[in-house]
Amino acid sequence: MSTNKVIHALYNDDDVLMDAVKQTRKAHHHIEEVYTPFPVHGLDKAMGLAPTRLAICAFIYGCIGLSTATWMMNNIMISDWPQDIGGKPSFSYIQNMPAFVPVMFEMTVFFAAHLMVITFYMRSRMWPFKQAENPDVRTTDDHFLMEVAVSGNENDMVSFFQNTGAVEVKVIEKH
Amino acid sequence: MYTFSSKLKTFSLILMVVGLLGIGYGFLTAPKDIKEVEAILAAEHHGHGTGHEAAGHEGHEAKGHDAHGAEAHKAEATEAHAPTVDPVHHDAVPVANVAEKELDSMHVDTVAIAAAPVVHTEAPADLGIRKHKTEKVDEHAEHEKHLNHVLHQLQNKPWAALYVACIFFLLISMGVLAFYAIQQVAQAGWSPVLFRVMEGITAYLPVASVIFFILLLLSAFHFNHLFVWMADGVTDPASPNYDKLIAGKSGYLNVSFWLIRAAIFLIGWNLYRHFSRKGQLAQDESSDDSNYKKVFKMSAGFLVFFIVSESIMSWDWIMSVDPHWFSTLFGWYVFASFFVSGITTICMITLYLKNNGYLEHVNTSHIHDLAKFMFGISVFWTYLWFSQFMLIWYANIPEEVTYFVTRINDYTLPFWGAVVMNFVFPILILINTDFKRISWVLVMAGVVILCGHYVDFFNMIMPATVGDQWFIGIPEIASVCFFLGLFIFVVFTALTKVPLMPKRNPFIEESKHFHY
Repeated sequence: MSTNKVIHALYNDDDVLMDAVKQTRKAHHHIEEVYTPFPVHGLDKAMGLAPTRLAICAFIYGCIGLSTATWMMNNIMISDWPQDIGGKPSFSYIQNMPAFVPVMFEMTVFFAAHLMVITFYMRSRMWPFKQAENPDVRTTDDHFLMEVAVSGNENDMVSFFQNTGAVEVKVIEKH
Repeated sequence: MYTFSSKLKTFSLILMVVGLLGIGYGFLTAPKDIKEVEAILAAEHHGHGTGHEAAGHEGHEAKGHDAHGAEAHKAEATEAHAPTVDPVHHDAVPVANVAEKELDSMHVDTVAIAAAPVVHTEAPADLGIRKHKTEKVDEHAEHEKHLNHVLHQLQNKPWAALYVACIFFLLISMGVLAFYAIQQVAQAGWSPVLFRVMEGITAYLPVASVIFFILLLLSAFHFNHLFVWMADGVTDPASPNYDKLIAGKSGYLNVSFWLIRAAIFLIGWNLYRHFSRKGQLAQDESSDDSNYKKVFKMSAGFLVFFIVSESIMSWDWIMSVDPHWFSTLFGWYVFASFFVSGITTICMITLYLKNNGYLEHVNTSHIHDLAKFMFGISVFWTYLWFSQFMLIWYANIPEEVTYFVTRINDYTLPFWGAVVMNFVFPILILINTDFKRISWVLVMAGVVILCGHYVDFFNMIMPATVGDQWFIGIPEIASVCFFLGLFIFVVFTALTKVPLMPKRNPFIEESKHFHY
C-alpha cells in the first residue's frame, strides 16, 4: 500500500460531480482536491470546506486604512503645520473633519480592497511565474476532476469511482 | 389568510387614543399670547440663567422687564416709540404675527436681509450685549418682538409635531410602494412572496393621503404658521411683511398651485396603488399573464411619475418650510430617507408575520435580502446626507449655510444623532452576513433605523418652524403614537383581506425556493 497514490476521477458534468462528491464523503474517502473549469455553486458546502475568513480580514484592513487616513490628515493638516487655507478651521481634527472624509473613505476602501486581494493571493499561493498545478489540461475547459487519496483496497476504490458516473478513473503516483 | 390578532388591535387602538389625547394636550398647552410666553421664558431664565444667556438676557431683563412688569412696558413701548418699531409688530392680528415670525426667521439669513432693504434690520433680541447701548424703549420693543417670535414658535410646536409624524408615516408607505414598483419592473425572483405584505403596508397610503392633505389645507387657510411664505403681504411691496426673495419665488410658491400639485401627486400615487393591487389580485384568478403584464407596464410608468413627483414633493412639503434656502439634491436625500424606512418596515412586518407562522415560504434568505437593502440604502442615505452637508459646509456661502448653522447650534444632538442612528449603528450591525438572518438583531437595527429617520424628518421640519424651542415631549411623542397606531391598524386590517401568498405570479415558484 503506497501512501502517495491518488485517484483522479474525471467528470464532464457539474451535477454528476456534485453527486460524486456527496457519495465520496459518505463513503469516508478523503477528497484531496477538486479541479473545475468554473465555480460550481454549493461545491464548498458539499465538500465540507470551512467558510472563508477573507471578509473579516477585509474589515480589519478597512479599519487600518481609516486609522491611517485619520492619523495622516491629523498629522499633516492639524499638528504639523496648521495653516489657514481658505478660512478652513484647522484648530482641531473634528473642526475640519468634513474636508477629510473623502480621503478617509477612499483610504478605507483602498486598504480593504488591496490588502484583501493580496491576502487572497498569498493564502491561495498565486504569483507570477508560479508553476501551474493543473493535473489535467481538460479541467480548465470542460472536465471536472476529483482527486482522492488511496487508502485500503485500490481496486475497490477504482470501481467505486467508476460507479459515481466518472468518465475516466486513473490511479496516479504522486511525487 | 391572516387574522388580526386581538392583542395587536387593542394595542393599536390604545396608541391612537393615547396619541389623540397627547395631541389635544399639545394644542391646549400651547401659549395663546405673549404674556404666557413671558412667563415661560422667565421661568426658563431663572431656572438656568448662566452662561451667555445670563450675560445678555438677565441684564436686559433686570433693566427692561423686571423693573416695570409686562403690562406697563407694553403700553409704554407702544405709545412712546413707534418710529423705531414697525407698528405691525404690536398688532394682535394673527396675520401680522405671521409676518413677525417671518422677519425673525430672517435674522439668521444675512443675505436675505441685505437683499431685502424693506425688511426691518434691527439687531435680533439675542444679541444682548449690543442691545445695552440702544435706548431703553427700543429695548422694550425688541423684547416684545422676541416674545412674539417665541410665541409663534411655541404655537407651531403641536402643529409641527403632527406634521412631522404624518409625513413620516405617509412617506413610509410611499417608500414601500416605490420598492414594490421596482420589484415588479425588475422582475425580481425573490420578492413575490412578499408582495402581499408590501401591498398591506401601502394600504396605509390612502388614509395617510387624506389626513396629510387636510393638514396642508389647514396650513393654507392660516390655521398655523408652518409655511412662512404663505403669510399675507410677503409678496406685496407695500406691505411691511414684504419679502423680496419670497416674492421672487411666488410664481412657484403660491398656495393654489401648491395645493394643486399636492393633490396631483397624492392622487397619482393612490391610483397606482389601487390599480396595481387590483391587477395583482386579478392575476391570481386569471388563466393567462395579461394582468401581470399590465401591472408591469403600470409600475414602469409609475416609477417615472414617482421620481418627478417625489422631487417636487420634497420641495413643496419639506424644503419650503425654509423658503430662503435651496438645495439641489434635497429630493434624493428625502427619497433615501423614506425609502430605507419603507424597506425596514417591510422587513419588520415580514418578521412579525413569519414569527407568527403566517409566511410559510419566506425563509432566512428573503430576510437576508431585505437586510441587505436596509444596509445598502442606509449607506446611500448617509452618502446623500454627507454630500449635502459637506458641499454647503465647504463653500460656506451665507445664504445656504444658515440651514446647517441653525441645525448644528440648536439641534446638536438630533443632528449628529441621526447620523449615528442611520449610519454608524446599521453599518456596524448589518455588515455581518450571519447577523442579517437573526430576527432580534434585525428588529433592533430596524427600530434604530426607523427612529433615526423620524429624527431625520424632525431635523428637516422643526428648525424652520419651532427653532430653538424644540423638544421631543408630549406633542411629538403623542403624534408618533397616534400615527403608529393608525398605521398598525390600517396595515394589519388590509393584510387580513386576501391570502398572503400570490397564486399565479410568474415568479412565485422561483421566489418560494429562493435561496441565497
